[in-house]
Amino acid sequence: MMRLAIRAAIAAFAVLALAPAARAAGTVDPVADKAAFQKFFTDKFPKLKLEDFVNGPYSMNEDLHKQWEEKEQFPPYEFSLEAGKEMFAKPFKNGKTYADCFPNKGIGIRQDYPYFDEKEGKVITLELALNRCREANGETPYSYVKDEMAALTAYMAYTSRGKPMNINIPNDPRALEAYQKGKEYFYTRRGQLNFSCATCHVQSPGERIRAEVLAPALGILNAMPIYRSEWSGMGTTSRRFTTCNSQIRGVPLNPQDDEYRNLEYYLSYVSNGLPISGPGARP
Amino acid sequence: MSAAMMMTRILAASVLLTATATVALAASEADYKAAYAAAEAANKEAGGLRNQWTTTAATLAAAKKAGDAGDFDTAVTRATEAEALAKASIFQATSEKERWKDLEIR
Repeated sequence: MMRLAIRAAIAAFAVLALAPAARAAGTVDPVADKAAFQKFFTDKFPKLKLEDFVNGPYSMNEDLHKQWEEKEQFPPYEFSLEAGKEMFAKPFKNGKTYADCFPNKGIGIRQDYPYFDEKEGKVITLELALNRCREANGETPYSYVKDEMAALTAYMAYTSRGKPMNINIPNDPRALEAYQKGKEYFYTRRGQLNFSCATCHVQSPGERIRAEVLAPALGILNAMPIYRSEWSGMGTTSRRFTTCNSQIRGVPLNPQDDEYRNLEYYLSYVSNGLPISGPGARP
Repeated sequence: MSAAMMMTRILAASVLLTATATVALAASEADYKAAYAAAEAANKEAGGLRNQWTTTAATLAAAKKAGDAGDFDTAVTRATEAEALAKASIFQATSEKERWKDLEIR
């Protein structure tokens, strides 16, 4: 009888000991996610320094890296960067400028975007903040995918070059939910080709898909916006997300829909600590 | 029964069969409209799951084009294909609610 009681006590203790582990599997833990995410890539590419991941395919392939070094002498994003600098300084019709809408007058703050706005309960990206700034000052919003928006974000990224990505997740269940939804979107397969973001950028970085060398997901947004030879022009993070969706034969959502904002939040957070390198150039 | 009578009956039967078969294969405008509505409804459901496929939209457009031109056979075939694609996208969205975890870096 005594033995039976001891056995029962041991069994109960074992169940209790295992319970926290089971709970942990279901909890949202961005800190643990980030550590595992960065470790995955540094283990996969042990020769690369952490900061090199922001150079996307150029860090994966020696020949491409040489091409990139040559390209950087006359970078294809330069026109856009210059245009962005001018646009940023030019006053709106009411006399105010973009600088009036942002902390530190908009200089050197790219690494803090996207952030979670606790008042609104949603993720605010830099592109969204720029258009809101325009609308608040009586101007019409820009297209989210290229041209003016790419130019403005190129300039803002440039003023943050080298600063480590610094995404904050406040102690707010809605922020954690947004982060988790972004993570789910990242790993969810969609489109007729049944690809997730992770299919290309976690499972296959460095591999070719047709003529392209796939970039690692780690640091992928640190280089935004980018000049892509394939696009013959500049593109924003919104452009990257929507074209990824259509390439896998999925109907893209609207730029700055909640899903894309949450995705940007997740993907930026797990790249915390890696330097901003935008604007970038890609094949 | 004489051989001639037998042959006449066989011929008559085959003419009847052929005529009936042709009627059964030709799609009507009503068939097209029903098939198109079913495909559209399935694609709308996929939209609610935020997971429409570009190929569904393209195949629906091809069905409409054929329907507008009065080619109801092609229109029904395309609409049926579009419905199958939409249903596959619904299945994908539903199963991925849990399956995404298989890819997660932990």
